[in-house]
Amino acid sequence: MMTQHIVASYENELRELGRKIAEMGGQVERLVSDSTTALLRRDVALAERVIIGDRKVNALQHEIENAAVTMLALRQPIADDLREVISSIRVAIDLERIADHAKNTAKRVLAIDGEFMAQKQLRGVEHMSELAIEQLTAVLDAYTSRDDQKALAVWRRDGDIDAIYTSLFRELLTYMMEDPRSITLCTHLLFAAKNLERIGDHAQNIAETVHYLVVGEPVVEESLLPDNLNKKFGLSR
Amino acid sequence: MNAITTLRAPVENPATREKVAIRDLSFFYGDNKALENIHLTAYERQVTALIGPSGCGKSTLLRILNRIYALYPNQRAEGEVWLDGENILDAGQDPNLLRAKVGMVFQKPTPFPMTIYENIAFGVRLYENLSRSEMDERVERALTRAALWDEVKDRVGTSALGLSGGQQQRLCIARTIAVKPEVILLDEPTSALDPISTAKVEQLIDELKRDFTIIIVTHNMQQAARVADRTAFFYLGKLIEEGQTSQMFSNPKDKRTLDYITGRFG
Repeated sequence: MMTQHIVASYENELRELGRKIAEMGGQVERLVSDSTTALLRRDVALAERVIIGDRKVNALQHEIENAAVTMLALRQPIADDLREVISSIRVAIDLERIADHAKNTAKRVLAIDGEFMAQKQLRGVEHMSELAIEQLTAVLDAYTSRDDQKALAVWRRDGDIDAIYTSLFRELLTYMMEDPRSITLCTHLLFAAKNLERIGDHAQNIAETVHYLVVGEPVVEESLLPDNLNKKFGLSR
Repeated sequence: MNAITTLRAPVENPATREKVAIRDLSFFYGDNKALENIHLTAYERQVTALIGPSGCGKSTLLRILNRIYALYPNQRAEGEVWLDGENILDAGQDPNLLRAKVGMVFQKPTPFPMTIYENIAFGVRLYENLSRSEMDERVERALTRAALWDEVKDRVGTSALGLSGGQQQRLCIARTIAVKPEVILLDEPTSALDPISTAKVEQLIDELKRDFTIIIVTHNMQQAARVADRTAFFYLGKLIEEGQTSQMFSNPKDKRTLDYITGRFG
């Protein structure tokens, strides 16, 4: 268990920062799942709620940023405290971007209202959204519990979402070629899929932040280390 | 194999030379052991910061490095302190020569009740016989290097006690560098200064380390992080952890170090 800071208000500020991130994380998780539900069920009312919910997330991001900047100026945190504050700023930015992607998907629900949609075209997006939400939930858990291993697991899994996105892209392209009347709809679906793919990237960013927060060093892909690059290109050291 | 690994800390420049090597040093005030088996190296032309709560032995260590402690009865040091291949704790070492090599600046400015000029010339005369013009030049150089010359050049003949606290402290630094030491010990040099004077002294430290080896005691963590190349953390007379400043302040290995620098000490 971590020893508490001598200055109680400093301790409280740090705790409050963590609480705000948790609150923001919860809201963003809901926006992502609501936005896909709205898309799958063609639920316009739900989509509108997502669009409004994004504003709250933006406000939270500003709150977190202000609190963090104030702490940097007044407390001059160092070591793990500094990482705590820097991480909160970074995670808040990623969460805000994720909410933007959810909002974008919600707007598309309004745009395609009334268009016919075959269930099979939705299946891929549904599958992708499940994975993205899973990643988001896992990485927020890792952040709350300061679990580096869990964060790294999320970091590695991002490739799965990218792979599904690529295959979904081909699939939707095929539909469009088969039936040009589906082009409008499939294009919107393609963008919704792209949003999910980006959400996965932001979850991966948060995983990197958790690693930095816990370990104090950036995540480095092993294949990019100088030794391995040298091996790859047949250079000996 | 794991797909992810972490970056290694950069390898330290091996070219840096050991200037002060403290080996297995213990210190006693009477029966009271104030320092216990200290191993610490200060490298040439680097700034080494000593940090730790009050009473942990940092200032005691500084007092050993120029043997000021020898002025007091019942204080003794055991172990070795090597300065350029000589053990300064050896009985045969001349403490006056040592103090010319190892200068010290204290927490509170300690100008002599003399003119600004004499404050600097006084120490130089103890070791060197300079002509009037040589001495003038030495005084001006020292004041210039201490970033004080421009402020006092029109009144070097007036009392040093008329200077502000920040100016007095820079005068003390000028006095120290005038005798051309090799190592400068700074014992909380800015704790009694306003932020502008503090900034000037820190700027000075940056410039002085080009020529001198500096060991600084400070209670200001940010200051240690700003000015020092290496940092050593002391607690209850023991050296708990020592290393590159960047590592000490971002990722200390010992929990006590982390607790201290982040203000968590119970």
